[in-house]
Amino acid sequence: MTLTITKSGRQAARGAPPARWRGRKAQGWLYAAPTAVIVGVLFLAPLVLVGWMSLNRWPLLGPAAFNAPDNYTKIASNPLFVDAVLFTLKYTAITTVLLSAVALGLALLVQERRPGVGFFRTAFFLPGAVGFAAAALLFYGMLNPDFGPVDPMLQALGITSEPVKWIGTPNMALFSTIMLVLWRFAGFNMLILLTGLQAIPVEVYEAARSDGANRWQIFTRITLPLLRPTLALMLILSVTGSLLAFDQFFIFTNGGPDNSTVSMVMVVYRDAFFRFDLGGAAALSVVLLVGLVGLNTLMMRRLR
Amino acid sequence: MSRHLTLGALAVLFLFPLVWSGYASLEDPSNYLEMASYGEGVGTYAANSVLVSALTVGGTLVVSALGGYAFARFDFPGKNLLFLATLAILMVPYATILIPLYVLLGYLGLQNSLVGLSLVFVMFQLPFALFMMRNAFEGIPRELEEAALVDGCGTFRAFSRILLHAVRPALVTVGLFAFLASWNDFFAPLILLNDGSSFTLPVAVVSMTQGTFGAIDYGMLQAGVMVMAIPCLILFIVLQRHYVRGFMSGALRG
Repeated sequence: MTLTITKSGRQAARGAPPARWRGRKAQGWLYAAPTAVIVGVLFLAPLVLVGWMSLNRWPLLGPAAFNAPDNYTKIASNPLFVDAVLFTLKYTAITTVLLSAVALGLALLVQERRPGVGFFRTAFFLPGAVGFAAAALLFYGMLNPDFGPVDPMLQALGITSEPVKWIGTPNMALFSTIMLVLWRFAGFNMLILLTGLQAIPVEVYEAARSDGANRWQIFTRITLPLLRPTLALMLILSVTGSLLAFDQFFIFTNGGPDNSTVSMVMVVYRDAFFRFDLGGAAALSVVLLVGLVGLNTLMMRRLR
Repeated sequence: MSRHLTLGALAVLFLFPLVWSGYASLEDPSNYLEMASYGEGVGTYAANSVLVSALTVGGTLVVSALGGYAFARFDFPGKNLLFLATLAILMVPYATILIPLYVLLGYLGLQNSLVGLSLVFVMFQLPFALFMMRNAFEGIPRELEEAALVDGCGTFRAFSRILLHAVRPALVTVGLFAFLASWNDFFAPLILLNDGSSFTLPVAVVSMTQGTFGAIDYGMLQAGVMVMAIPCLILFIVLQRHYVRGFMSGALRG
């Protein structure tokens, strides 16, 4: 089969200018057309629409009316949003530090190709294959004092004497959510770091070792600097993901107790679907969008 | 030795919640039966999820394979602009364009529609998928395609008969990512679907915690978690290599 193709191919090549180059541009567009339609209709159009919506009083039902810049000026007097910004920033800072530390620790533990290491890599990543919503519901049941195993285990070990209020106080709710996020995302970030670690040539380590460097020196002088681009990527993904947190607070803590765990995206959702104010939600979206794109650009410049 | 103890303890810590959830759901097997009559019935929700995942995986594969071929092999006006616009999807936070998408799908008559939801998922998958497919097509020697072309095949026949076979591993990676994303996503269906009978599994199972249809049944909830998790766990374990390739490709970097 392959042989015949090659043979007749040579024959044709000697003849007229190859028909294959005719209409090449039009054909290229034809193959790219589905991409262009999807990107145009479902990405660029909503991007324009969100800007337009933010300039209008836009109820969930009923006609829209231009009211710029009301949707923006009222953001500052939206106490729920102001609190949500502070809370989300705090959550992002803690989560990013812990997640990076745990992921780096895991990656270093399983970076060498030894027998059995594959099992541990899979074990650490497996929670990442489970959906975040499912993971949040899993923790919701696991930490329930009557149904879950955690409180009975802690009590049997004598660590606690009564059920822990896992999501009953603001600080505990934040703590429990971060445990959930670490469980779900540590393996994912470990995998990102592993790709970076494996790109470091073995010879570099060998040279350092023969120069008498100890393990700590190798880690701080070689591994960390060479891992910098990968660490930066992980940091950017973690910061962006945390600033957009929704599932964990909507499902697991439901914003409580007393609205202490309401994230920024939750306010957008509440404005849109509980207060039926799509214009206000669009203005918040634009603020988040501009803020995050700016932050991402800044981080990429600084960290890479 | 201490390294093995650390690894072992960590593995227990990471696997314990999954094992517990499976155990808790099976402790009383009627949990699964109860789910069958929860709300519209778990069968409806599962069928919705299967449909959305199938449409998303199929749509992503078709669009990104055609697009990847275009970007790898053709020159056309606006090529770079379109590629940048597609990658820009990664820069724009997912959550911030769902509100306008909700309104826009209304204009298109696709509000509360599983097809509309799938199209949105295809869009979100596109930067990663297109990047993967373009690289995969670029990795194929041009001779393979030229031979077919001068043999009288049109570019589409060369594409569908020969090139698609050569990029199969990349297609598996793209399909796997598309499946995991669409099967598991909670936020997009929460916003874009508003009728109980069109809910996908994550939205339906989360509604179990809100007592929409009665008091919270924790056993049934874990059965719901398992129904969502098991397909992903199996697919991930079977296709692990293809998943890791997605990380290695650098496509995450955008």
